Amino acid sequence: MKDATLEVRHLTVTVGGMRAVRGITFALPRGRRTGLIGESGSGKTLTALAIMGLLPEGLTAGGVAMYGAEDLLSLPDSRLCELRGDRLAMVFQEPMTALNPVMPVGAQVAEPLRVHRGLSRRDATLEAARLLERVQIPNAAERLRAYPHQLSGGQRQRAMIAMAIACSPDLLIADEPTTALDVTVQAQVLALLGRLVDEEGATLLLITHDLPVVDQLCDRVLVMYGGWIVEEGETDEVFGRPRHPYTVGLMDAIPPLDEDLPDGRLRAIAGSVPGLGEFPSGCPFRTRCPRADDACAVMPPLAGDGHLVACWHPFA
Amino acid sequence: MSEPVFEVRDLTRRYRLPRTALLQPPRTLTALRGVSFDLRRGESLGIVGESGSGKSTLLRLMLSLERPDEGTVTYHGGSLRREVQIVFQDPVSALDPRMRVADLVLEPVRVLRLPGDHPAMLAELMHAVGLSAAAGRRFPHEFSGGQRQRIAIARALAPRPRVLLADEPVSALDVSVRAQILNLLLDLRAGYDLTLVLVAHDLSVVRHTCDRVLVMRAGEVVEVGDTRTIFRSPRHPYTRALLESIPRLRTRGPVA
Repeated sequence: MKDATLEVRHLTVTVGGMRAVRGITFALPRGRRTGLIGESGSGKTLTALAIMGLLPEGLTAGGVAMYGAEDLLSLPDSRLCELRGDRLAMVFQEPMTALNPVMPVGAQVAEPLRVHRGLSRRDATLEAARLLERVQIPNAAERLRAYPHQLSGGQRQRAMIAMAIACSPDLLIADEPTTALDVTVQAQVLALLGRLVDEEGATLLLITHDLPVVDQLCDRVLVMYGGWIVEEGETDEVFGRPRHPYTVGLMDAIPPLDEDLPDGRLRAIAGSVPGLGEFPSGCPFRTRCPRADDACAVMPPLAGDGHLVACWHPFA
Repeated sequence: MSEPVFEVRDLTRRYRLPRTALLQPPRTLTALRGVSFDLRRGESLGIVGESGSGKSTLLRLMLSLERPDEGTVTYHGGSLRREVQIVFQDPVSALDPRMRVADLVLEPVRVLRLPGDHPAMLAELMHAVGLSAAAGRRFPHEFSGGQRQRIAIARALAPRPRVLLADEPVSALDVSVRAQILNLLLDLRAGYDLTLVLVAHDLSVVRHTCDRVLVMRAGEVVEVGDTRTIFRSPRHPYTRALLESIPRLRTRGPVA
């Protein structure tokens, strides 16, 4: 891809000899918002952590993740520390565990500015107040001294976002940023995130299991299952004409709000997501797939023109 | 209209917050404020609200795990302890990891000293929730989240309850298995002649599973009514805001 903020090739993440991410290739086009959809165990969070160099002890990443001319996967820690919180930023799902409980939020928001921009304590604090205002925390100047437990869940997540955008990052990875929030707050935080990404000209990778969230915020989608990307394309294309049976199943599993169900039954995908190491060989979805046959014993390539699908029997 | 199983009248519950200042009286949090409603026999009632709306406090009072500060909860039936059971949000923390599934499912029967052929009961319960009888010999950690929730449901059904309370039964589960568990609850409701209370923060969960919906906010009931009516023409601005904030797909692909 000509203008990509990040180009990932053959990314693998290995956990105890097993591949949780199985060699995926994708690019994040500059300034665009890409959604990464997957359920627990699909490998979506590990993909993000591998890119950020934050994999827990014992997990190893393979492949290449090119950020400009640098491969994030083979950079020394010192260089990664320069990039993280500056050019690359991340928002985590649970702000209560991601924020430091014994440090005022103002100091936490100011920290990347002091570390990466060399601002004085005073200047960084002034800037932190401006950032808290930008993420619409009321009485921002006063809230600087508040500790995370004194903020509501929505405010904590806003503070996390303020911290992430402090240095105007090129790439912002948000991992289930609104899953822990109430619906009314979720809508506000999503709108805020979308606006800030545009204002900063940042590239967004939004990780979620929630399809409508991606539909609202992202212009491109990657669908992951069992460590593979199984479908990829423009959001309107993928949701307008889903081709992989898994994507179709996920969409059908969203109950309609405006009409009754024809037979009074909610649509479900058969079975459950297997544990790591329990996925079948070949296509990981084939044990749950209504279209599977013998051909699916071999993993299909992710192929197509713009709208890609990894399936031997895709929907038209 | 069928007769009520539960009559809840003017229920108020306050919690004392930790002291913040030595010389001031501790503040109180009013978790429920004058809540009244009937749970009718055989219906399925959705209780919807965001965190802090008082949903879980309400369930605790219905189960008699706590006493109200004001108001009454009247259960019309026999033993509340046997006849009213609950399924929790997180099946991982709700199931003792050191107990085998068979013991977990039959524990309420043993604790309540209910008579009967226990092995036969176990087989029937496991079948009812879609698990194999052999699963009884295994431990909870060997199961996926959806299967664990099935185990928790079998355990709740074991004492033959008349009322099943489900507190966010699918919000900890993968999207692709949520519908399975909701369909299971609907089947069991019919098969076991249950009155069902489904607590959810997500309105789309109650849309197709409940006859009536009670919308709560900050400890108060803001709207109650027939599910279709509430979804079609919500009267309270808060219900409207809740409905509007549900993320929807702009485009829906063909249904397979």
